[in-house]
Amino acid sequence: MYESMWGFPSSLFELDRLQRELNEMFGFSGRPASIRSVAPGTYPAINIGSTPTSVEIYAFAPGIDSSKVEITLDRGVLTLSGERPNDLPDTNDKVSVYSRERLGGSFRRAVNVPDDVDPEHVTATYRDGVLRISLARHESAQPKRIMIR
Amino acid sequence: MNEVQATDTKQDVTSNTSQDTRALLPRVDVLEDDAGITLLADLPGVPKDHLELKVEGDALVIEGAMAPFTPEKLEPVYAEVRLPRYRRSFTLSRELDASRIEANLKDGVLTLRIPKQAHAQPRRISVQVG
Repeated sequence: MYESMWGFPSSLFELDRLQRELNEMFGFSGRPASIRSVAPGTYPAINIGSTPTSVEIYAFAPGIDSSKVEITLDRGVLTLSGERPNDLPDTNDKVSVYSRERLGGSFRRAVNVPDDVDPEHVTATYRDGVLRISLARHESAQPKRIMIR
Repeated sequence: MNEVQATDTKQDVTSNTSQDTRALLPRVDVLEDDAGITLLADLPGVPKDHLELKVEGDALVIEGAMAPFTPEKLEPVYAEVRLPRYRRSFTLSRELDASRIEANLKDGVLTLRIPKQAHAQPRRISVQVG
């Protein structure tokens, strides 16, 4: 019900649910992974979606200063790097820390992007802790309607 | 990120739907000082109006749904975040004052301040000898 309420493309999550269930059944999957893939739980987590006109990369990077994130696109590899400040309040000997799951420090992630993206048309926005990078496809690679003469 | 199956709690008609859905377990930091507890939770993708904080009895429940991804016609290629919502609950102890919790959500980080009841703040207890 929630999916329909928020208008999610639920398939974005279904795809992976299927794979996870298979992994659980057969142990670790033997499928080839990307050479740049990282261990689960790495900061920031990344989702990638594609549309006919663009490739969309979502990096789940809460609590960063978006002006200090560096995004580069070089020979088909998009690299994200930056630093997550340690936002814990001052700790002294009067403060007990019970749980410390959110990690700070510098991060760097790289993803392959398809060949048909146009490096001149990349936009990035940061909202609610999610960095969205939108890479437009070359116009020649976009679907076109072919007229019959 | 880990996933949790919603635990069976008392259900009523209104909360039925949210109790049954799977959610991500947000990462948290919890600190305590003399005056109360500070909790920080990572909830990337959750806007303020999709965040719900509930105190049910002695349980504090944090629930948040991500805003829909845009653009709409998106084909999944790769996903590390596999569910569009977060949920985590904590048991509060009696000396905490749940009615005075302060919450702030910024850039996907929720900061909660749970003060202690005034009478629960530390006192020096003198040890009687004899």
